[in-house]
Amino acid sequence: MKIALGPLLYYWSRQQTLDFYAQVAQSPADIVYLGETVCSRRHELRAEDWLDVAAMLKAAGKEAVLSSQSLIESESDLKALRRIVAQDEFRVEANDMSAVNLLTKAGRRDWIAGPTLNIFNPPTLSMLADAGATRWMAPPEMSGAVLAELLASGAPAIETEVLAWGRLPLAHSARCFTARHFNLQKDTCEFKCLGMKDGLVLRTREGEPFLTLNGVQTQSARVHNLLADLPTLRETAQVLRVSPQGDNTVSVLELFRDAIAGTLSPQDAFARSKTLMVEEPCNGFWHGRPGVEQYVSA
Amino acid sequence: MTSNTKIELVCPAGSLPALKTAVDHGADCVYLGFKDATNARNFTGLNFDAKALTEGVRYAHDRKRKVLVALNTYPQAGNWAGWTAAVDRAADMGIDAIIVADPGLMAYAQKKHPQLRLHLSVQGSATTYEAINFYAERFGIQRAVLPRVLSLPQVQHVIANTQVEIEVFGFGGLCVMVEGRCALSAYATGESPNCNGACSPGKHVRWEQTPQGMETRLNGILIDRFDDGERAGYPTLCKGRFDVNGETYYAIEEPTSLNTLELLPDLARAGVRAIKIEGRQRSPAYVGQVTRVWREAIDKVMRDADSFAVQPAWIAELDKVSEGRSHTLGAYYRPWK
Repeated sequence: MKIALGPLLYYWSRQQTLDFYAQVAQSPADIVYLGETVCSRRHELRAEDWLDVAAMLKAAGKEAVLSSQSLIESESDLKALRRIVAQDEFRVEANDMSAVNLLTKAGRRDWIAGPTLNIFNPPTLSMLADAGATRWMAPPEMSGAVLAELLASGAPAIETEVLAWGRLPLAHSARCFTARHFNLQKDTCEFKCLGMKDGLVLRTREGEPFLTLNGVQTQSARVHNLLADLPTLRETAQVLRVSPQGDNTVSVLELFRDAIAGTLSPQDAFARSKTLMVEEPCNGFWHGRPGVEQYVSA
Repeated sequence: MTSNTKIELVCPAGSLPALKTAVDHGADCVYLGFKDATNARNFTGLNFDAKALTEGVRYAHDRKRKVLVALNTYPQAGNWAGWTAAVDRAADMGIDAIIVADPGLMAYAQKKHPQLRLHLSVQGSATTYEAINFYAERFGIQRAVLPRVLSLPQVQHVIANTQVEIEVFGFGGLCVMVEGRCALSAYATGESPNCNGACSPGKHVRWEQTPQGMETRLNGILIDRFDDGERAGYPTLCKGRFDVNGETYYAIEEPTSLNTLELLPDLARAGVRAIKIEGRQRSPAYVGQVTRVWREAIDKVMRDADSFAVQPAWIAELDKVSEGRSHTLGAYYRPWK
């Protein structure tokens, strides 16, 4: 079972980002997804910087993958996508059918079908495997039982990846909710999200943390944490994804390493993870329940 | 200049009376769904069984109008047969197109019913011509419904780069998130538009009069609280008031409807082939009112786009049935973003 570090979903300064990946190079992550997937206005790292980071991680023995933007609106977004597809040193994670189209046309046979492609059944997965996908990530809202059923129903034999840690990516919009908070428009956003290391928490009027505003992306406030669910993950997934967070990401990766290796029980790993979370845990999606719930089987 | 291209008016029907009302008031196409989770408005008491659909198709076809069936949720391994059966049923009933989001289902329809016209649902989240052309090349889709995320120039750019007919939303409830990529409802309630055909479903809603005011909850989560003088709206998750950094406001979007009437000449010039009215969950009266206004407006634009002007009476009529009694241009207007 491999550990993947998902793309950095927040907007950190150039130095913070580079320092972060220098640490990641020394971490137990086997696979590292790179690049800006949320907002095309974010540019602390340019395309060539991401390639440098990818090369550095590759030299450290990691599989570096370039992730494509999830919501593509403009021709300049497509131009950025074409650049990612045109390089052939690193695999690409397709997060939109635009990327699937370009990768297919380029004859690439090694890409990853990302979590926003809405792969819910074997025929859709087979179509993408035929088109060249060699790994896919289940949509975060998919339960372990539904995933197991999919895999048992004639799904192609490609690697399956599951989000196992991090605030859940729940939605994307054309609107920037961080800019809206500051009464700004997206086009003139003053990059207010820069340096919000874990996004901007949205609470109910009772003060309960509910969602996280991250520019055009909306995440859960709670941390989706499947450490205690490792036994059922082993039956379905070959790759577990950890989503980067402001602090302690490497410690989280180490916990996963120890839990997978069996030097820590899933329960102990979960207990230790409590100090590493920015908010309460949840795992409802994996159990076919509202994602916000922390479900513990009786 | 493509303003002579006919624009179809595509109207919602949650019931047979709504379908007939839409046809009677000038809809070119009526779209509807079956009474199950195969469509994105899977609400109690709504939608069509075989008998109602048979009569609806006859009613529409007698008057030379089209019927489109939305099969736009994502089937899973365990319920796959229910979705393919729905495709077969729609094809057998002689409907004019199915509106589909799932690639696996498109492949099935294309193979089993090669004559059946396929429309890419807004739930397919295709926002670029590269995505739309992929579906066209693989599955032969003939129309795509654009998610409500593109500005007007971006819509024009998509149309200029694809042979696929483009349909856009003209009026009705406004999804703020990219359709097909929103799991907010699943997060709060376990039911999502993608898998269950429902957003913020009624069975999870609680209205509660409290000393602080009327509270609306979704699966226990407080979505909004209303003072005595305020009109309490339905707790659609993205249209509640929340607290961010100590400030309470509509952090995602206000309760408001999309209304693009004033953009109609631009949409016509851009070559938009169809305008969709949202609201299969709404009453026949809503369908009638909205259809009549849009029929009149589209006819005016088709006659002469340059002299088109939005009539105040149209707006007054539409605002009456709008969520929050207000309207927005949404993403078509860049500053909204």
